[in-house]
Amino acid sequence: MTIEQQLAELLGDRAPDRISEATALGTGLADGYDFYESPVGDIVVTFNPRGVSSVTLASEDYEDYFRSRFGRPLLRADAPGAWGRLIPERIEAGSPGRLPVDLRSVTEFQEEVLMQAASIPKGEVRPYGWLAVKVGNPKAARAVGSTMARNPIPLIIPCHRVVRSDGHIGAYSLGGPEQKWQLLTVEGARPDDLEDLAARHVRYLGNTSTGIFCHPTCRAIRRSKVENVEEVRDTRQAQELGYRPCSLCQPV
Amino acid sequence: MDELARDLSRDLDAAFPRLVEHMSPRLYWGLRRMTGDGSHAEDLTQEALIRVYRALRDYPADRIEALRLEGWVWTIALNIGRNHLRDRTRRPTLVEETRDPVDFDPEPADTAAWQERLASLSRPQRTAVVLRHVVGLGIPEIAEATGRPEGTCKADIHRGLAKLKTIMEAEDDH
Repeated sequence: MTIEQQLAELLGDRAPDRISEATALGTGLADGYDFYESPVGDIVVTFNPRGVSSVTLASEDYEDYFRSRFGRPLLRADAPGAWGRLIPERIEAGSPGRLPVDLRSVTEFQEEVLMQAASIPKGEVRPYGWLAVKVGNPKAARAVGSTMARNPIPLIIPCHRVVRSDGHIGAYSLGGPEQKWQLLTVEGARPDDLEDLAARHVRYLGNTSTGIFCHPTCRAIRRSKVENVEEVRDTRQAQELGYRPCSLCQPV
Repeated sequence: MDELARDLSRDLDAAFPRLVEHMSPRLYWGLRRMTGDGSHAEDLTQEALIRVYRALRDYPADRIEALRLEGWVWTIALNIGRNHLRDRTRRPTLVEETRDPVDFDPEPADTAAWQERLASLSRPQRTAVVLRHVVGLGIPEIAEATGRPEGTCKADIHRGLAKLKTIMEAEDDH
């Protein structure tokens, strides 16, 4: 055999499979996934170089779900070193903070609504209608509701803090209403109190000494003395009673 | 490869896996012969393919279609080999689960001897010889990939082969 022929035999037929898998992860043509703990049990978090792309319950068929919703395969992987370590603390906090999120799977409007929902403080809730006003479209309460149902990154984008416009706790995409109830309880939002107020058509609470009215979970009203707190049905009644809206929770 | 370039220009995400399939054995084995190190070759191959994807994502369709794909991919791969691997913390890293460590064709026999012979060539000679005779690139592609004139590449290959011949003759004498 000539030297040239011998050299030609030094080319193998195949490369290690890891190369195509790692390339798929590095280009974002596949997402990585890993398991994390949460107040509602084990969850699967998926990620790609753009950020976290989805959160699902580990008890569900997450691979099928991911492929059918996002059209990409999943590979078991460690989250990117630059921000992967933030994931557990952002699950705990219930907001993205500095963790990058990949929201390519939703519309621009939905992204705006989701990022607005991400600003709701832990332990507090806001109704769909409030979010609709915050994104400049007061008539879009229903669209806000369906956006929450399609939130690809529950827990980290805290759609569990968004409740029905009538104040009832409502549905939840990560599992069901029990999971939403459980999360709100863990965060100190007292869902049974909220259901009680909703049943009596009370949407807000006013502080008779400061003349300010709030969403029932606002930290300003929670700090108020019980004897100063007055139940308020709606913004019209608040106006009639001479209340000003709270600058923290901005009731509308 | 011309057809692949056209497909990449039309739907990058759909066609890219074909580029990976075609190029990864060539890159991996070529780089392995140049560096003598399998895991380094693996890292370099991954990095090269990811950079290729990113570049293609930013190129207009007509530029992609006009690429001499194989030579261009090798240009990127050799550049990474010269520089250090960077920027890896922004990507997920694969977790290997219960994978057989030898999950692809093992080394062909007698490659240790060849690895040693190749290691005794100068770097430009080794690169040119591997690209020409292991990977099977043409002279214009090698010139593109290495950034050296075609005449220089031919001379590198010629001298490299001559040196390999001398080494093998010396081996036979022992």
